[in-house]
Amino acid sequence: MTTVSARLGAPVRHRPWVVFCCRRAARLVVALFVVVTASFAMIRLIPGDPVRAALGVDAPPDLVAAKRRELGLDRGLPEQYWQHLRRLARGDLGVSLVTGEPVADLVRARLPATLLLAVLAFACVLVVALPGGLLAAVWTRGRRRPRAELAFTATTSVLAGVPDFVLAAGLTAGLAVALPVLPVAGDLGPRSYVLPVLALALAPTAVLLRIVRVETLKVLAADYVRAARAKRLPALRLHLRHVAPNALTASLTFAGNLLPALIAGTVLVEKVFAWPGIGSAMAQSVAAQDYAVVEASVLVLGSSVLVVNFLVDLALALLDPRSVIRKT
Amino acid sequence: MGVITLAMLGSLAVLAVAGAVVWGQQADRPDPSAVLRGPTAGHPLGTDRLGRDLLARLLAATWPSLLPAVAATLLGAAAGITLGALTAVVGGRAARLLGALINLLLAFPALLVAMFFAALFGAGAGGAVFALAVACAPGFARITQTLAAQVAGTDFMAAARVLGLRRHRLLLRHVLPHIAEPLMLNTAVAAGSALVALSGLSFLGLGVQPPSYDWGLMLSQGLDRIYTEPLPAVAPGIAIVYATVAFQLLGEMLAGAAVRQARPRPEEEPVAHAARADRPASTDHVLEVEDLRVVLPTADGVVRPVRGVTLTLRRGELVGLVGESGSGKSLAALAVADLLPDDARVTWTTHRFLGADAESLTREQRRRQLATGMALIFQNPASAFNPSLRLGRQMTEAVRAHRGTPRAEAVEQALAQLQRVGLPAGRRLLRSRPFQLSGGQRQRVAIAAASMMRPDLIIADEPTTALDVTVQRQIMDLLRRVRREDATAILFISHDIALVADACDRVLVMYGGTIVENLPARELAAGARHPYTRMLVASVPDLAADRDPPPLTIEGGPPDPCGTAPGCPFHDRCPHRLDRCAVDSPVLSPLRPEHEVACWRPLPAAPLGGARETEEVEK
Amino acid sequence: MSGGGGLTLYEVTVRHQGPFGPITAVDGVSLEVPRGTTVGLVGESGSGKSTLARAIVGLDPPCSGRIAVGGREYGGRREADRRRLGQQVQLVFQDPDTALDPRMTVRQSIAEAAGAFVRLDRRGREQRVGELLELVGLDAGCAGRLPRQLSGGQRQRVAVARAVAVGPAVLIADEVTSALDVSVRAALLAMLRDLQRRMGFAMLFISHDLAAVRQVADAVAVMYLGRIVEAASTESLLRGPRHPYTRTLLSAVPSLHAGRRPAEEPLLAGEVPDPASPPTGCRFHPRCPVGPARHAGRDVCAVRDPQRDAAGKPHRAACHFPYRADDRPPQARRVPPDDDGDRTPRTPGDLPS
Repeated sequence: MTTVSARLGAPVRHRPWVVFCCRRAARLVVALFVVVTASFAMIRLIPGDPVRAALGVDAPPDLVAAKRRELGLDRGLPEQYWQHLRRLARGDLGVSLVTGEPVADLVRARLPATLLLAVLAFACVLVVALPGGLLAAVWTRGRRRPRAELAFTATTSVLAGVPDFVLAAGLTAGLAVALPVLPVAGDLGPRSYVLPVLALALAPTAVLLRIVRVETLKVLAADYVRAARAKRLPALRLHLRHVAPNALTASLTFAGNLLPALIAGTVLVEKVFAWPGIGSAMAQSVAAQDYAVVEASVLVLGSSVLVVNFLVDLALALLDPRSVIRKT
Repeated sequence: MGVITLAMLGSLAVLAVAGAVVWGQQADRPDPSAVLRGPTAGHPLGTDRLGRDLLARLLAATWPSLLPAVAATLLGAAAGITLGALTAVVGGRAARLLGALINLLLAFPALLVAMFFAALFGAGAGGAVFALAVACAPGFARITQTLAAQVAGTDFMAAARVLGLRRHRLLLRHVLPHIAEPLMLNTAVAAGSALVALSGLSFLGLGVQPPSYDWGLMLSQGLDRIYTEPLPAVAPGIAIVYATVAFQLLGEMLAGAAVRQARPRPEEEPVAHAARADRPASTDHVLEVEDLRVVLPTADGVVRPVRGVTLTLRRGELVGLVGESGSGKSLAALAVADLLPDDARVTWTTHRFLGADAESLTREQRRRQLATGMALIFQNPASAFNPSLRLGRQMTEAVRAHRGTPRAEAVEQALAQLQRVGLPAGRRLLRSRPFQLSGGQRQRVAIAAASMMRPDLIIADEPTTALDVTVQRQIMDLLRRVRREDATAILFISHDIALVADACDRVLVMYGGTIVENLPARELAAGARHPYTRMLVASVPDLAADRDPPPLTIEGGPPDPCGTAPGCPFHDRCPHRLDRCAVDSPVLSPLRPEHEVACWRPLPAAPLGGARETEEVEK
Repeated sequence: MSGGGGLTLYEVTVRHQGPFGPITAVDGVSLEVPRGTTVGLVGESGSGKSTLARAIVGLDPPCSGRIAVGGREYGGRREADRRRLGQQVQLVFQDPDTALDPRMTVRQSIAEAAGAFVRLDRRGREQRVGELLELVGLDAGCAGRLPRQLSGGQRQRVAVARAVAVGPAVLIADEVTSALDVSVRAALLAMLRDLQRRMGFAMLFISHDLAAVRQVADAVAVMYLGRIVEAASTESLLRGPRHPYTRTLLSAVPSLHAGRRPAEEPLLAGEVPDPASPPTGCRFHPRCPVGPARHAGRDVCAVRDPQRDAAGKPHRAACHFPYRADDRPPQARRVPPDDDGDRTPRTPGDLPS
């Protein structure tokens, strides 16, 4: 039995967890650096003069020059970059070119609403797609219900193709305007969450449903499930204990990738519902060409996505420790 | 589905080409008298704020909506595929750097990247296309990288490298053809997403700028008046969904073509040939099966892997079921165990397990009987255990579920069984997971788990094929021990005729889905009477025999598993065939006690002491 | 200068990067396969025999040691080095299902190999493909087929044809019969021997199947945990195995004809040790039936590596306490004695560096 203990001892001896966490953290730092640099470069690379664009074509030249000086755009690039980093370290995101308000206040006021929307939508996706895909797989395995399989494939592929902002427009038209059962726009209590969350969650749910079904079918065809069937366990126990855990670990990796996309998707959906989040702020400032706010929004959304990515990776590694050993 | 997809794509193509020509003028004609109208007979979708007809604009916008999406996808795909393919071609360090770069780019959601670059390139259709191309390139790079890595790991790529082929030839000749199909599929799906993203950019005001227009911009403009008039917002939305779904379905169709699943209906079985008269149930028999047949629909047509198998196992008997690949031995065993895939069809004239007819039991009774009376051991110990459950649970769950044994007692039983198979550090092992054990250890745990229930029958499906010879001996000794101590009957399936002769009491030789001979194992080497068995024995090289003459080869190939021709399955390879062999299927019938052959002209008993029949067989 | 066109390995060591640090899969293997002869390389899974094969053809380059063909050394990782090596050494893979490009016809696969080093026009290529197909015993009608339209045995023949198409000096056959049914194995082995007689290449025949090795090999080397533990001419090794591991391996092979074996013969104790941390001294000592675990006073096995003492002998057995040649092995009771003891693989002690 010496080899069993040697094998059991091996992962502990070499600490794959430390290696794994260090690598992921390093990747996060590099990515954050890219976001910071990109947001810095944006306002300086934009064709034309962003300050003039924000203030309007008929703004007096000395006002534009003053604004430029205020933003530090008249200094050398390395110095500007250094200033940019120092301001970020203090939590200062600059001021809006249009309103003159500090952008940090805007972010502080609006980011929670965006994250709440994204997290709620993600929760909905998981709650529906994980059990749904599992059931669909068990129901249609071995081509025993070809019609149900076709219906499932057709429905999910159509739903997966519906863009969230189009769905948002459709839902508004249907459930808020034509049949006024839900609020049209804004954050007016729990009822107003229904439509934005629905609009955000529907397409990812369809995508994840298909993935969970495919993963479950793979597990159902595995040797160890046949071995478990040979033990004639009750169907419920067989599926919950032998099938579900393996199918879900694989599916959750895909699901983890959906959350960042959901955060990005809020930009469009918030615009439709005039949701008081960072996304609609970004959309508005793009329209108003207020690049200070756009820059900050890109920075904040980008880094939240990266942090979420990092957390999802860690959570997945906790769920499936073997992946840590594989990936290091 | 294919027809619908083609119809949708066709209509889009027609609209894209004809739209601007037919409705272009009408779409640009302002009508100050009919500004911001709702749907009327003249304007089915209403008009915009300059009084232009929205339906005409919608139709005319097909081209400017689709073209940028397709262009952006193609640009992004070209860039991404180049980047991904480079990882397969360049050397180690550069490949790792490129991989890290792709990882980094993938961390940002495509939509965010597209918005960033659209703002950077300046609002407008051109900027949006480039922004989108940049945004979707990393996805293509990743998928190309993964696919190329898969191809690079195959044996045929290794063979090509050993041949010293040059890099560009490796890439063009071996890598790209294999990844082209999934990449095409991916491109079709990506075109759909590009259309959505592009509309999204227009919707945000970062894409097409007025006076140009596309569906996204129309949606955005319609949204301003959605409170009064939903249709101007909904109609462009529907157009976007329509086009996206068309692209999605195209991808689906390409994927389907790649897999190409034919689903033939199982035909009716030909009438079974003369079965033997029903024998009375014997208490000594653990398992009696007569004329077992399996029909299996596959991609290549309906397969009949098992065509009338008849077998009997007595208590405590170790019986080998031997045959070459494709002889149907594993499927016959799975059919006995009621574990075939869902789409398989099984028929039999008799199927008695522990004296009870399969038909006379209810589903639940039969499930209970199989659960407590039969256990299985599978070929590949690496995949036969659930990777996410501890071994202890996997060993004890059956007794706990069917016997109601309490946990502690079940664990004690498991420890005793592990002790018996030579794994004394049981408690620790019960807490470990399958991947922590070697193949031989896992197969020993499988034997211990199978004997937890003290079953009357163990079916062992090639349990030693994945293992080394020294481990194989340990496993065979363990199986014999289980059989001796528990009086369990064992059906041992193998392709290794020497192993079966060495270990079993009785041997069933299978060929083309039927059992051609049933004889005591000690007679296999010299006393086989069926020509196939004789030739199979002669083809086995033996360490103890002379080196010359070399072992025999059976010419020809195994029978077509889809074929329905009557006659003996071996007749076209048999040197002793008669005319009737091609027409009538021989039935397994007794020659002597304990020896049955399915042959119209069994070979004469071998001359005394002569093990090899090669001379006779070759003539 | 020994070899003369054959393959010479000198102290070849291959390391893999395992999940928990480097694993020495092949540890200082020296072996010689003279021109026109076949050496069988036998061992269980994890013994490093396939890694050695991949190292010889340059797929897993060795981290130390020398590989020479016809006295000329081959190394380096550049494309030109690969091509130089590919002209001399070819490999036939274990699984014919995956070794052929599923999208290329038999003709394309063989023509690609035939044209890898020589420029051939269309007619020359066609002629060469025809010759090669005939050499491996396939009819010309196969040329237009895809691999999946062939049987396993036919596919393996195509793989052999592709390998010998470049006219290599050395052919490595890595478990070429283990994916085939027993009824077609013999024919493939006979074909390989015939091919060798005609083309004169040296062959390293890797297998876990001792009976197959016996059919083709002039000499046999046995590997355990990355090292060669015993090497001798085929009959000498199978008739009088001297290393305890070889004896166990031989006694484990089931036989149709030898009659029922007594059930309780000694078996190997324990499992194959983790190659990441192999035992000290003789690598077989923790499991050895005649080693320190069973016999008191044999502590030398756990301390000193027997490899050095064995080098250079015609029947080399890396064991401190080898069996004598006249100890009868359990299997070869009925083998008549023979006289070819001179086809032993020699250790190239005097390789020019």
